Amino acid sequence: MTLIVAARAVSFGLPLAVAMAWLLARYRFPGRAWVNALVHLPLVLPPVVTGWLLLILFGIRGPIGSLLLAWFDVRLVFTTAGASLACAVMTFPVMVRSVRLSLEAVDPGLDQAARTLGAGRLDRLFNVTLPLASPGILVGGIVGFATCLGEFGAVITFAANIPGQTQTLPLAIYAALQVPGGEMKAAELSLVSLTLALVGLLLSEWVAKRLNVALGR
Amino acid sequence: MAFEVPSPGVTVLFGPSGAGKSTIILAAAGLLRPDACRIEVDGQVMVDTEAGLWLSPERRRVGLVFQDARLFPHMSVATNLRFGMRRARPGTVTFDEVVELLGIGELLGRRPHTLSGGERQRVAIGRALLAQPHLLLMDEPLASLDSARKAEILPYLTRLKTALRLPVLYVTHDLDEVTRLADSMVLVEAGRVVGFGPLAEIAARADLPLALRDDAGALLHCRVAEHDPGRELTRLDAGGAEFLVPLLDLPLGREVRVRIPAREVILAGKAPEAISLHNVIAGTVRQIAGDPARRAVMVEVGLPDGALLARVTPDAIARLALSPGGPVLALIKSTSIEVLGD
Repeated sequence: MTLIVAARAVSFGLPLAVAMAWLLARYRFPGRAWVNALVHLPLVLPPVVTGWLLLILFGIRGPIGSLLLAWFDVRLVFTTAGASLACAVMTFPVMVRSVRLSLEAVDPGLDQAARTLGAGRLDRLFNVTLPLASPGILVGGIVGFATCLGEFGAVITFAANIPGQTQTLPLAIYAALQVPGGEMKAAELSLVSLTLALVGLLLSEWVAKRLNVALGR
Repeated sequence: MAFEVPSPGVTVLFGPSGAGKSTIILAAAGLLRPDACRIEVDGQVMVDTEAGLWLSPERRRVGLVFQDARLFPHMSVATNLRFGMRRARPGTVTFDEVVELLGIGELLGRRPHTLSGGERQRVAIGRALLAQPHLLLMDEPLASLDSARKAEILPYLTRLKTALRLPVLYVTHDLDEVTRLADSMVLVEAGRVVGFGPLAEIAARADLPLALRDDAGALLHCRVAEHDPGRELTRLDAGGAEFLVPLLDLPLGREVRVRIPAREVILAGKAPEAISLHNVIAGTVRQIAGDPARRAVMVEVGLPDGALLARVTPDAIARLALSPGGPVLALIKSTSIEVLGD
């Protein structure tokens, strides 16, 4: 359950994060500082507030939520998809940050070289810049995934705590602790959580190292 | 600034750092957008700010070899080489030809970070050539290499020069690269072009900044005219003037470049007798330019085809009563003449 929520969050969030990071790293446009602040907002805001804002925006009566319901018959609140959305929003800043750093580390001279060799803008993005930034993008994805696994506040506010539907690992642990005699179950789940987090971090290190070797760094 | 260079042929942009050489290169490549500029290659206009014309670098087909090779680290040498080729219309330069010319056949499967500086630069040159450019720009391609690596690449560049019919703009401040590669030369100083023309003409001008260098000297195009194995001498014909040099191992009729350093040339009013010297060349004084920093003067001696430079003292000028238009004899030791081949 938790893994599916996290996987969906990352697979939707990461491409957006790459696009956003690209925008922030390469272009100077009016309102750039505001966009940057907005992206990083979930990082500093109490997660409950983020969840509540999502509830307002994406609730069935909210401006975006009502449109989604009317046009696509999609309801996000209190669903698995909603839990993914909450996770994605919460991990978005982490992913943007990681991707942006790696994009900015790509030597602009290589971009220039590609230009003189006849490569257009998108051509350069997909064949030069993104491959060179791939370690950062992958690490961003993995760390984002691991963070999703632990997301609590925004998920419980926006998607509630419905077993089998929106109950992710930390919510399950929380629920277990509410029940008398649930400590054993909570401990088991915590162990799972710990393992997942550790595996995520080690995996990201390992992947980054392998990619960097392949890129000759 | 404005200048025109021959196509095909290698033109060297020469001048102190900060003179504007790299700006010219970047503007020609399109990586820099000057306020006012017009660039035309073989009749095709790349930029004309007055007419509001601007061809983006990716559509210009101008090859650029950077000082730091800038190979794509995530691709093999072969993929790097094909990067521009796959994006250009098929042209006259073939993959096998370039690989052969640059001697990089054995590197094709390797990654850029495993290559030496010289190998990297050769791959970068190949990559630029395979994009089928109309014009090749080289921005100090050998500057980051030590002299051994330089010596390793220079022969490849001379081979390219003869094999490809392309206009090449080459930035350097190494006179050795100039004398070996250049057909013509553009002298740049403080954002201005101070002179341009065929190399031999520019190198032999007493009034251009080149004449103020320690290693100033004239360049002449000669033909191997006669070998005299008995005396161990070779006679070179420079279109009217003749030079004797130590015996060369070159076929008769071969065109060679010779460089005669200005500090090795002695001027005389009449031919000396009983002297070890072989070359007594009659010429005309074209101009006399001051070189106050060395308390010397540079005399440009006109020959039937080309000119010599002689660095002498102002006192010598006075004693010989030299003035522009007057006759003079240039005395040159045969061992002072540097034969560069071609």
